[in-house]
Amino acid sequence: MTQYDDSAVKEPLLQVDGLTMRFGGLIAIDNLSLVAGKGQITAIIGPNGAGKTTLFNCLTGFYKPTEGNLSFFHPAKTLQLQKLENHKVAQVAGVVRTFQNIRLFPKMTLLENLIVAQHNALMKASGYTFLGLFNLGGYAKAEKAAVEKAKYWLDQIGLTHRADEEAGNLPYGAQRRVEIARAMCVGPRMLCLDEPAAGLNPSESLELNTLLFRIRDQEKIGILLIEHDMSVVMKVSDRIYVLDHGKRIAAGTPDEIRNDPIVIKAYLGEDEDAELPPEIAADLAMRG
Amino acid sequence: MRVEERVEQGGWLGESLPPFIGLHRCGTPDFRGRARLSAGAGLEYFLQQMINGLTLGSIYGLIAIGYTMVYGIIGMINFAHGEVYMIGSFIAVIAFTLLSAAGIAAVPLGIVAVLLAAVFFTAVYGWAIERVAYRPLRGAPKIAPLISAIGMSIFLQNYVQLAQGARVKPIPPVVRGSFELLHLDGFTVRLTFIQIFIILTTVVLMIGFTYLITRTSFGRQQRSCEQDRTMASLLGVNVDRTISATFVIGAALAAVAGVMVTMYYGVVDFYIGFLAGMKAFTAAVLGGIGSLPGAMLGGLLIGLIEALFSAYFSIEYKDVASFSILILVLMFMPSGLLGRPEIEKV
Repeated sequence: MTQYDDSAVKEPLLQVDGLTMRFGGLIAIDNLSLVAGKGQITAIIGPNGAGKTTLFNCLTGFYKPTEGNLSFFHPAKTLQLQKLENHKVAQVAGVVRTFQNIRLFPKMTLLENLIVAQHNALMKASGYTFLGLFNLGGYAKAEKAAVEKAKYWLDQIGLTHRADEEAGNLPYGAQRRVEIARAMCVGPRMLCLDEPAAGLNPSESLELNTLLFRIRDQEKIGILLIEHDMSVVMKVSDRIYVLDHGKRIAAGTPDEIRNDPIVIKAYLGEDEDAELPPEIAADLAMRG
Repeated sequence: MRVEERVEQGGWLGESLPPFIGLHRCGTPDFRGRARLSAGAGLEYFLQQMINGLTLGSIYGLIAIGYTMVYGIIGMINFAHGEVYMIGSFIAVIAFTLLSAAGIAAVPLGIVAVLLAAVFFTAVYGWAIERVAYRPLRGAPKIAPLISAIGMSIFLQNYVQLAQGARVKPIPPVVRGSFELLHLDGFTVRLTFIQIFIILTTVVLMIGFTYLITRTSFGRQQRSCEQDRTMASLLGVNVDRTISATFVIGAALAAVAGVMVTMYYGVVDFYIGFLAGMKAFTAAVLGGIGSLPGAMLGGLLIGLIEALFSAYFSIEYKDVASFSILILVLMFMPSGLLGRPEIEKV
């Protein structure tokens, strides 16, 4: 296993170690290791088919990795995400994701979408019994708190005035923001965003940047970001990992990545006539 | 002597049975036939049929909710649901028999006790059916749980037949008496107490159920699982538990229907679930499968159609009327009255 130097990450929250995901003969992720920090925005970029979404699917329990560990540094103890049941990834670890194609509950109102995300707190308040049906015990209070939290996040994404509309009726950009707000209502320790800027216009992109900064700085949680839109990635990321064909080919700050010839090669393709500088050629050969 | 003959002779329970439309395959007295001769097709006759139809429709509606909820959440027709209702009826018979053996005469209290017992035990059956027959097939091709459901239905019928015998089980009438609403031309429009009980209970349950689904945390979980199960699970909703709860609620409503039918008709057998289940399924399809208000509406409509058809056309062919509607709806209006046309997810 190649050892990487990820000591630049001060407060690690997620540590991926030697992750491999095979689908039959296809290797989607090949011995991938990376670290994502708390209170940081960590971007994962790479050409199509690099294994970015597969990584998310492994993190959130969709796929069981063929090999490797996904350690999550929960305050109480270190969890192995690959061993958790689907709903416990959100419930226990607090890892929540959004999707490339929006997956709101289209027939529920915005407010309901945001309250569903808080149902664990509500279940706890109702003592996992029928108390909740009759508004007994601490339930009424918990539900009020849930509504307050939902309203807070609606306010953060500027959609308070549409709280009672069905989510499916909102424009695309707004739905994207609702998805992030809903994920935040779960009370995550780590937010995984799969191409949140896809299909957004430039001004919506800017709003997204602001929202991401606000989440990072106010909530102090880790954000893991898959994104193709470099204007977003380069502006918001604290650290970037570049994947190609399931392998990690580079890591660093936006500035380091921008000037990394290996990255440029992966993105722009190789000019067959051009000679690579000898140190890079050696590096490439070493990394396979 | 066959059941039909005994019932027709009015000697089933030593007295004549109340006027109603048969829900069972076993015969019922041809009350309307005689009434038609004396009163013709007057308003009061129509009124009586409406009352009978509403009663019957309430029962179909309660059962139909179970079909439509399960379809909504796991996209499968639970063909064993009729059997769940049948089991509810049997538990009611057993409970009523035990109560009368214990000499408990207080009727309202007795009915509440029977309802609770039936709801509890039937809910356990509903939970177990999902656990045994459907959960292992989650993620299998859609046809697999459907076949499993049919197998479960056959299993439950035979299980009850073996455990309780193939004969019809009677209970003495629990609630007697009626209001005479109208008396015209020798025809009396009756609203029996048991009919009032059935219609009121159904209305209360449907209001409570609507509240449960639209206003509570459980309802939100249920709807979120219905719209996108994977996403719900990613938000921390325990999808398996929500599906179990859906089966439990469906079974509980079917159990109430079973208890009421037992009180209404006074007889059950191991086969009643098949026909009642198919009718309730028709009701769910008519209302729009997956739509909860649709199931309630569809149930009432099927009850009314069946009552009116047997009153004005032919009681022998009342099942033909219901199932013709099923075919017509599937051909010309597959999304039903209140259902939304299905949009294939890409």
